[in-house]
Amino acid sequence: MTEFTPWASLIGGTMIGLSAVLLMLWEGRIAGISGIAGRLLPPYRDGAFLSRLGFIGGIVAAPLLISLASGTPVSQTISSNVPLMVVAGLLVGFGSVWGNGCTSGHGVCGLSRLSARSMVATATFMATAFITVFVVRHVIGG
Amino acid sequence: MSFLVNLALGLLFGTGLVVSGMADPAKVLNFLDIFGTWDPSLAFVMGGAVVVAFIGYRLVLRRDAPIIGKTFHLPTRQDIDARVVAGPAIFGIGWGLCGFCPGPALAAIGLGATGTLAFVPAMIAGMWAARLLAEKRA
Repeated sequence: MTEFTPWASLIGGTMIGLSAVLLMLWEGRIAGISGIAGRLLPPYRDGAFLSRLGFIGGIVAAPLLISLASGTPVSQTISSNVPLMVVAGLLVGFGSVWGNGCTSGHGVCGLSRLSARSMVATATFMATAFITVFVVRHVIGG
Repeated sequence: MSFLVNLALGLLFGTGLVVSGMADPAKVLNFLDIFGTWDPSLAFVMGGAVVVAFIGYRLVLRRDAPIIGKTFHLPTRQDIDARVVAGPAIFGIGWGLCGFCPGPALAAIGLGATGTLAFVPAMIAGMWAARLLAEKRA
């Protein structure tokens, strides 16, 4: 079980949305994490490498700064099954770049732009994620 | 300068991931487990983010250009091709297996969990493979 946290989740979501809006205002780019992270590797097509490095650096640094500031480490419950995590990582990395976006690029930025492609993409990854969890927890694990 | 602005925006994004609960894979998996220990919290993350971005983008895109750079880099494609279905389908399976999508996985690096340290290099390899394959086909 995890606790239902509507207010914290709404506030956190607002911060994510605000970050996306300010990135559009600053340099006119979509705050899609798979697109930003995927383009940190060569080949380089534009001069936005340092921007992308900064954005990803901020995401990596955030939980560490929050842990430091609050005095309690950010809590996480995560599988330590290494083969499972490697397979999941390959699927998430390949699928998000192959489909031109993940939860942020298609989910947040695309839906708010009313993009048909992003609506299809978001409905698809939500569906396969729901089915995967159902199979893992209630068919195999049940 | 752009590095520092992006660093600040990444910090805001990452803080949002932590505050919202999105950075905890257990919470994500429970969101995806409607018929089990369902935790609907993450609908509020997506809802909050989309509402802010929906309004904010409309205000920002009234401008002729962003603060730096000449134009807004907006996706223009509207066709539904095989990739925009196959990619998300594959991504969703991985997401459902572990509860990590790309943002939260990157945010988790510094916390150093074994699962994260296995996941992130594999994710980056997968991203790179997809990019190289897409460029080769293009």
